[in-house]
Amino acid sequence: MSLNSNIPEGKLEEKWTKYKSTVPLVNPANKRNLEVLVVGSGLAGAAAAASLAELGYKVKCFCFQDSPRRAHSIAAQGGINAAKNYQNDGDSVYRLFYDTIKGGDYRAREANVYRLAEISPNIIDQCVAQGVPFAREYGGMLSNRSFGGTQVQRTFYAAGQTGQQLLLGAYSALERQVGMGTVQMFSRHEMLDVVVIDGKARGIIARNLITGELERHFGHSVLLCTGGYGNVFFLSTNAMGSNVSATWKAHKKGAYFGNPSFTQIHPTCIPVSGDHQSKLTLMSESLRNDGRIWVPKKAGDNRNPNDIPEEERDYYLERRYPAFGNLVPRDVASRAAKERCDAGFGVGNSKMAVYLDFKFNMMRYGRVEATKLGMTDASDAEIFKMGKDVVKEKYGNLFDMYKQITGEDPYELPMRIYPAVHYTMGGLWVDYNLMTTVPGMYALGEANFSDHGANRLGASALMQGLADGYFVIPYTIGAYLSKEIATKAISTDHEAFVEAEKSVSERLNKLLTINGTKTVDYFHKKLGKVMWDKCGMARSAGGLNQAIVEIKAIREEFWNDLRVPGTADEFNPELEKAGRVADFIELGELMCIDALERNESCGGHFREESQTEDGEALRDDENYSYVSAWEFKEADWDLHKEELKFENIKIAQRSYK
Amino acid sequence: MSGNMNLTLKVWRQKNNKVKGSLVDYKVNEVSPDMSFLEMFDVLNEQLIIKGDEPIAFDHDCREGICGMCSMHINGRPHGPKDAITTCQLHMRSFKDGDTIVVEPWRAKAFPVIKDLTVDRSAFDRIIASGGYISVNTGNAQDGNTLPIPKVDADIAFAAAACIGCGACVAACKNASAMLFVSAKVNQLAHLPQGKPERMERVRAMVAQMDKEGFGSCTNTGACAAECPKEISLVNIAAMNRDYLKSNLIDAEG
Repeated sequence: MSLNSNIPEGKLEEKWTKYKSTVPLVNPANKRNLEVLVVGSGLAGAAAAASLAELGYKVKCFCFQDSPRRAHSIAAQGGINAAKNYQNDGDSVYRLFYDTIKGGDYRAREANVYRLAEISPNIIDQCVAQGVPFAREYGGMLSNRSFGGTQVQRTFYAAGQTGQQLLLGAYSALERQVGMGTVQMFSRHEMLDVVVIDGKARGIIARNLITGELERHFGHSVLLCTGGYGNVFFLSTNAMGSNVSATWKAHKKGAYFGNPSFTQIHPTCIPVSGDHQSKLTLMSESLRNDGRIWVPKKAGDNRNPNDIPEEERDYYLERRYPAFGNLVPRDVASRAAKERCDAGFGVGNSKMAVYLDFKFNMMRYGRVEATKLGMTDASDAEIFKMGKDVVKEKYGNLFDMYKQITGEDPYELPMRIYPAVHYTMGGLWVDYNLMTTVPGMYALGEANFSDHGANRLGASALMQGLADGYFVIPYTIGAYLSKEIATKAISTDHEAFVEAEKSVSERLNKLLTINGTKTVDYFHKKLGKVMWDKCGMARSAGGLNQAIVEIKAIREEFWNDLRVPGTADEFNPELEKAGRVADFIELGELMCIDALERNESCGGHFREESQTEDGEALRDDENYSYVSAWEFKEADWDLHKEELKFENIKIAQRSYK
Repeated sequence: MSGNMNLTLKVWRQKNNKVKGSLVDYKVNEVSPDMSFLEMFDVLNEQLIIKGDEPIAFDHDCREGICGMCSMHINGRPHGPKDAITTCQLHMRSFKDGDTIVVEPWRAKAFPVIKDLTVDRSAFDRIIASGGYISVNTGNAQDGNTLPIPKVDADIAFAAAACIGCGACVAACKNASAMLFVSAKVNQLAHLPQGKPERMERVRAMVAQMDKEGFGSCTNTGACAAECPKEISLVNIAAMNRDYLKSNLIDAEG
């Protein structure tokens, strides 16, 4: 099958407007007979389910948590980008588009990214209308902050809880429809297979996690809004339940997987403290705006950081990247931290950490406050205290979180941070309509591969999730469903449903009857270590080849020596985990194959064989300017390539110097 | 494990909502003070599985204090001995070697036990579905800055909106009242101009649904606010009561 991204004709800035005015429509009476299944209730899923129900479609929405409000979008901290140019600092739709393409190291599709930038202002308006309490200035206007990879202030925020507030907005829109009976909500349900009939997605098999019962659900269309797969690394900033299973099942039923190896390693996370660690916690990128990152100039310097004088500190990001300084994109900041730690300059007990220091800005803010109050003779202690209060208002919850986890007070001592897996740019391959290679099946938000290329800029995930859910899918789904108005609801007694349920049930039984000696977590940790060591921040042909062999061995051992307690017909969290880890193992292999195939460095994908003299990622546009879309075959994968054409941006080696 | 604390846990075990449960003792050794409370449960569960026992079911997801899924009643307090944090943010350094720790599920009629420490909080979703929103369809919004909102109002709305819906307020209350949860949403929207048109109808509908779900009455003991991991203020309840009263007066006048 050849890949058709279905990008509309015409000038970049006119494509979406023209598309919207010419896309086929479905009349209200027909909408009432068309059923849409939405899997996942995060920003993309909740926004899509609510918006489609408002339009009149019959919607069912599924989530594995006990409430749709708990989807992992809730944990996003820093903010959401929008090209509003409220700060009058030169922002525009084109600039957001340009920053995103460049930030993604020229591996994203122009038309999709431009549409995202174009829609971004509507998202802010929609959220404000829902009652999302964004931060405001004293005059009542919306406030903005800076984020990485850009030189304008376009990030809207609600303290360090922006994801929470946006999700609660989408959740309330969703619950409003639930209350009106237009959306049927299935919490504590996990999708375990997609049902494909005559080549089209027609339903899902879901497991009621409380009773263990398998349920068949028909839909004219299936939307996967199931997030990313960072948990393949075991340790990541993702929630414990975040998983690849829904998209992986879809992949095995014919949906191509796009750029699976493109993983974002976020530079500012709280370092690992021991073997017991179950997850990692992010410290928002917005902190980099108000903090400075440094390590001692002398390797192995064990002094209290406050005792290390200014001239003995290496502000390595400011040194290497004077134009962007601490605000370089995430991939660049992460690699720079790794470089310093590998060279022996790391700090803390593990020596795998760098400092993020807020002293300077606390003093700067303090002086501003002192000036406002006319305190011309304020002491340093007074200035520091006032500055501390300003920082507290901006990031109080993050500082508290840091203190809770590490036992150290970040107002007094600089934070210790280290990169951790945070987001996956890869995902199901979709066309301009967000449709996968299986007709009728869509992927939205982090679950698709579409907008961030090889590196996502901060505050752009929330933007994309909501853009896809509120403003893209309500239009693009019409292009498909307008041709489905004659399709009557298919009975769930159809053999495809029976067959899919049977295979799900067999797999669950298989997992329960291996009766081996190792727990699910044992395998998950083992897989995670292989992935982090060989398919993490630095990758090489030798390491990846070895990883593939090791992952195959883990898979073999998993299916022969796993122990899952309990039964399939009860609430059984270990069984849920087992199924997810089984899928992660298969995905891990594909990620390594993809990373091996792409013998260039781009964004977060750093191949040691492809770097500049000073250690920067070196792209190879001549040979790798494409999206890798992998087709599942029983024993292997076939690679399909979508060539990337840059007609509106001059493609260049990325520089933040 | 890497630490040196030895603890005794008394954990509520209950197979499902049809059978009775009881407290069961477990010894956990070599606990590190850097571990989180839930990581200690992970380790205990690993040991139980290897021994051939059933692991303890508990709700958790983000493990950074924001999703609201974790819900353990620890030594008689929702989310344990420290203020303003969730169970997942509680670390073992808050306990000492030799401690006995009692862990129970949320206790409330409206939150029936599903298994062990896991309860059903879907009543909260139904309360939101009854009116905890602003009725605005996608695409209807005006520019966000055409409606200036004084910072002080935005801050009050934000403080109320910080609720994570974990249910600790209900678990803490001797009447299992959901007033703090409901009032946080009511007050968030009441403080924003966008929320004004439906203000009276909203409070009426949400309170009616709350009563229908079987939550108890509020007797102003304040335990809810004291145990709230997000420090949602009791003032919200007072404000909601005022709105609720007003909404009934308006209703009476037709």
